[in-house]
Amino acid sequence: MARTRFIGDPGLTARMTTVMFLLGGLFVVLIVSLMAVGGRGLAPIIGIVGIGIAVYQWWRSDTVAMKAMRAREVTPEQAPELHAMVDRLCVLADMPKPRVGVADTPMPNAFATGRSPDRAVVVVTTGILKTLTAEELEGVLAHELAHVAHRDVLVMTVASSAGIVAGMVTQGAQYGAMFGGNRRDGNSALPVWLMMLLVSVVVYAVSFVLLKLLSRYRELSADRAGAYLTMKPQALASALQKISGEMNAVPDRDLRASQPMNAFFIAPAVKGVSLRSLTSTHPSLEQRLEQLARIQAELGRPTG
Amino acid sequence: MGLLDSILGRSKPKQANLDALFAVPAAAISLQAGAGLRPTGLGAVCYRPAGGAAFAQAEQEILDLLRGAADAPEVRLEHDEFGFTWLVVDDDPEDVEGLVTDLHAVNTTLETHGFGPGLLCSLLPFTDDAGRTVGLLYLYKQGTFYPFAPSPQGSKQRDTLLEISLRDLLAGELPVEAERSRWLAVWGAPGL
Repeated sequence: MARTRFIGDPGLTARMTTVMFLLGGLFVVLIVSLMAVGGRGLAPIIGIVGIGIAVYQWWRSDTVAMKAMRAREVTPEQAPELHAMVDRLCVLADMPKPRVGVADTPMPNAFATGRSPDRAVVVVTTGILKTLTAEELEGVLAHELAHVAHRDVLVMTVASSAGIVAGMVTQGAQYGAMFGGNRRDGNSALPVWLMMLLVSVVVYAVSFVLLKLLSRYRELSADRAGAYLTMKPQALASALQKISGEMNAVPDRDLRASQPMNAFFIAPAVKGVSLRSLTSTHPSLEQRLEQLARIQAELGRPTG
Repeated sequence: MGLLDSILGRSKPKQANLDALFAVPAAAISLQAGAGLRPTGLGAVCYRPAGGAAFAQAEQEILDLLRGAADAPEVRLEHDEFGFTWLVVDDDPEDVEGLVTDLHAVNTTLETHGFGPGLLCSLLPFTDDAGRTVGLLYLYKQGTFYPFAPSPQGSKQRDTLLEISLRDLLAGELPVEAERSRWLAVWGAPGL
């Protein structure tokens, strides 16, 4: 049997599964407590409307996202090199070729959207086309194709539906008196709408943090799959560094040259879970570079 | 990729499927009989080189293997602008079997070293008396073949009608790629 260099990342998968499980549990908690508190009639309606909104977002994701970024689809004649690059990556990955779009903005960025791999669209900005070399652009495209293959639009939409419902209830409950405000529970002194508000705010907050966590794991997974697809983790790494504009994360200057300043530097003391790392949708550049370095080492290990 | 894998974000690189290559010599005969296309003796394997020592070692092993044979063909490496490497084998035009065996050896070696996911396609260029060239391409991930006919004027145009008629000609001999959208263009590939 032929070997593959692709090894699993059980840690990443386990953390992602845990987060997804918690999100699912959260949704159940929300619906059950809404039903318990808000009466049988209202909760299912709110739930169905919330899920409806989520489904609509997912269904129309390609159109909406392309409009929001003012992107247009390009044909192979208009962007032959970009299309050829995507063509080859899709042949390597054995997946249907998505549509390709270009957004006319100087900000270097790229995204993938669409409700299924067959309806997906990969969009790059003119800024990224100018900033990156062909090799780096390919790394970025492979990352976006991995998002398509992992059905990340679907996963994130499903995961966000609890948050959407909670957000709706929160807004509705602000006009609390409107429904059931003057109705009092026999045992509790708290008005029903206040209880609903509390539950929803808590659910919304927890789901916000969980969503960001999940989104970061999906990014790491896409980095990983993209790096194995192109077999050039270093190209993606340098693209990420260029895009995030955090070139300073890896100092270019010789250590000896910066010696006089070193005495005044304080190493970043706060490590681990900071607020920033809890609420950002993307993992930090260091985390991503570390993973890419591991993949690089794995690819370069001789098999004898 | 299974649904569970995609939900968990664990895409696995697809391994190459090498079996159908040995059907090429028979197909070459029908190409000559049906379309007047003769083998050029060239054959190329296109793959994505990985960085690092392991890949360089595997590549060297392939070159040693091919050059070490008694009637060794000429072997060279070409790098294209997409970052892919073409390993070109230049053999006797009469000996298609030997050429296919060499190409198969290249693929198997890469696969045993774990670089199967990096294989893109194999190419066998054919030529007719008027001097036009047509490529027969093999897609590893699909295990299928398709013809690629650049139009003689250059200018990155494909002769679609010729491609379709060649497809019909080859349909009995080879597994032909049914999905036209997978007929990847390889402009400027060696031998075309």
